[in-house]
Amino acid sequence: MPSTAAGAAVRPGGRRLIDWQDVAVKIALPVSAMLLALLIGAVLLLLLKVNPLEAYAAMVRGVFGSTFGFTQSLVKATPLLLVGLGICIAFRARVINIGGEGQIIAGALMTTWFTLQFRDWPGWLLTPVTLLLGFLAGAFWGFIPGVLKARLQVNEILSTVMMNAIALQFMNFLLRGPLMDPEGVRLGTYLPQSEQLPQQVWLGRLVPQTLLHTGLILAVVLAVAVYIFLWRTTIGYRIRAVGYNPDAARYAGINVPFYQAMSLTLAGGFAGLAGAVEVIGVQHRLLEGITSGYGFSGIVTALFGGLHPLGTIPASWLFGSLLVGADMMQRAVQVPSALVDTLLGLIVLFVVSTNMLSRRWSRWRAARRVQSKSAEAPALAPALSASSTQEVN
Amino acid sequence: MDDILSVAALVGILTSAVRLATPYLYAAIGEAFGQLSGVVNLGVDGIMLVGAFMAIFVALGTGSLWLGVLVAIVAGLLMGLLMSVISVTLKAEQGISGIGLYMFGLGLSSLLFKVLFGTVKTIVGFQPVKIPILGDIPIIGPVLFQQSVLVYGAFLLVPLAWWILEKTTWGLRIKAVGQNPAAADSLGVNVNRVRYASVCLGSALAGLAGASLSLAMVNLFQENLTAGMGFIAVALVYFGSWRPAGILFGALLFSTVNALQLWMQVLGVKIPADAAVMLPYLLTIVVLALTVSRVRGPAALNRPFERGEA
Repeated sequence: MPSTAAGAAVRPGGRRLIDWQDVAVKIALPVSAMLLALLIGAVLLLLLKVNPLEAYAAMVRGVFGSTFGFTQSLVKATPLLLVGLGICIAFRARVINIGGEGQIIAGALMTTWFTLQFRDWPGWLLTPVTLLLGFLAGAFWGFIPGVLKARLQVNEILSTVMMNAIALQFMNFLLRGPLMDPEGVRLGTYLPQSEQLPQQVWLGRLVPQTLLHTGLILAVVLAVAVYIFLWRTTIGYRIRAVGYNPDAARYAGINVPFYQAMSLTLAGGFAGLAGAVEVIGVQHRLLEGITSGYGFSGIVTALFGGLHPLGTIPASWLFGSLLVGADMMQRAVQVPSALVDTLLGLIVLFVVSTNMLSRRWSRWRAARRVQSKSAEAPALAPALSASSTQEVN
Repeated sequence: MDDILSVAALVGILTSAVRLATPYLYAAIGEAFGQLSGVVNLGVDGIMLVGAFMAIFVALGTGSLWLGVLVAIVAGLLMGLLMSVISVTLKAEQGISGIGLYMFGLGLSSLLFKVLFGTVKTIVGFQPVKIPILGDIPIIGPVLFQQSVLVYGAFLLVPLAWWILEKTTWGLRIKAVGQNPAAADSLGVNVNRVRYASVCLGSALAGLAGASLSLAMVNLFQENLTAGMGFIAVALVYFGSWRPAGILFGALLFSTVNALQLWMQVLGVKIPADAAVMLPYLLTIVVLALTVSRVRGPAALNRPFERGEA
């Protein structure tokens, strides 16, 4: 029978081989998406009359040319990973969180305000409390669009974009008013930044003379925690069920809006934590541009990591390196780092396209399998037919 | 307070409200075409940015404002083509592809701006054209009939879009494809071709929206010039229930609040500037919360079409 022959051709060596194929496909697709984006970047560079090889070599040199550059890629990977973890949770529940920027600001603002209010507290107490509050502030900023989606079906993409703008304007207002560094006022510089936070709240340095701080360890530990949460707990299972098939989840008695709101709140929390970590780990104060666009690049990172917390770890380092390399490229060959923003957009477009290609491919494969089964045992339930297929082969 | 209430102030506020509504109208009506065919394009803001930059770049380089407008439209069209390939042919998740397109447009416009301009450049944009007789009517004249060509175009687009959607076969096809692609397909309508056309038309209008911003409103380009206007335009589509008249109402409401806020800043009313700037975004959220749940959109919105699937 022709359908059986085709089914066998798809699975030449039994189940284990198929799993390896899947893993290979899952890695190869995003990597080729990135290569394609870099290729288009090379064309853009040529149009800008810059030698692409020279530009990309400068990027690589920026990361691997010095200890500082290398540690800097990890410094940038930290907020990317934290934001990306939240994106993993949200996207797994089929909630698209574009509000990372606003949530980072919410966390950073809360951390700065609280630390300045309670500057006499000892570090062992102040640091964890500010981190927790940063998480909660970001969570609140994600909770609002979450509830609006759950209760009033407000499109979360639009509401989170608006929440970004509101948070940004609010921070700009505070940095030019109540939170402005008194030193700046005294000296007449009026820089839109807060005063420096007391030293006891700063995160410890992992490598002396660099900016690499203990936030990296926190982020990696949390990545494992999020993995356990999503794949080993009931709540995590429900979140994934909601995203995998909302109708089936509803039918199974899962409160879909509730879990979508929860996942958006958690995503906000992780972005808020990223903001808190940036403030007490890197900048030691609040200043304009504290987000560095991590709210958006965190999305790219998570997508690249296959929306898997553990996959997001290497992805965050990759994109951290890309950002550091972009700085070096800007200095070495005078190409604005906006080139990398452009490439990030392209990577999103390509990865999301290949995602669908891979999904279609596996669906096509599954359909072939079912087809070949049903041709032989049309009366059997799908689960039974799956096992019977194995026997036939 | 006399200043706020005077007739001159009222005319001033309304005139700038009509002008401010222009980019929203182009972008939102364009987006409505795409959404009615079943495709949400969230990249509007990115397309507007690229359109705004290309318009002013070409206009400054060639001295022709109209050439700038044309190039902005073509740039929008090309980005729409990219969006169509990804969301229609490759059936990628529309929300995420739209965000990718937005990031691409934001990055590309910043990159081109930094390389080709370096600093903010201004231009002598489209000037107001007074329409004979109508332009002389008190209050209404200056508000409605002493605007630039691109403003007139945006307001004429409203009845034109209504006519296309309600009175032509083409409009019927777009809506059929958005409501029930399988049925449309079985009647011989090429679902994907209609979606390509709708998304490309919408994106071309988003490019035009950008051109209207840089050539007829602010007359300059800077990084992230739109500051989220494209997203507000998408929200206006929901607010207007996918109807051109509703979108017109929403755009005018929005731009009036904006004009009022600008006017209050000029008059020095004691509201911090940053707090006033928050208003449009807050308004968008409130408006979405009040309208979205009551309106039923195209049934196949956000769903790629595949033959043989229900």
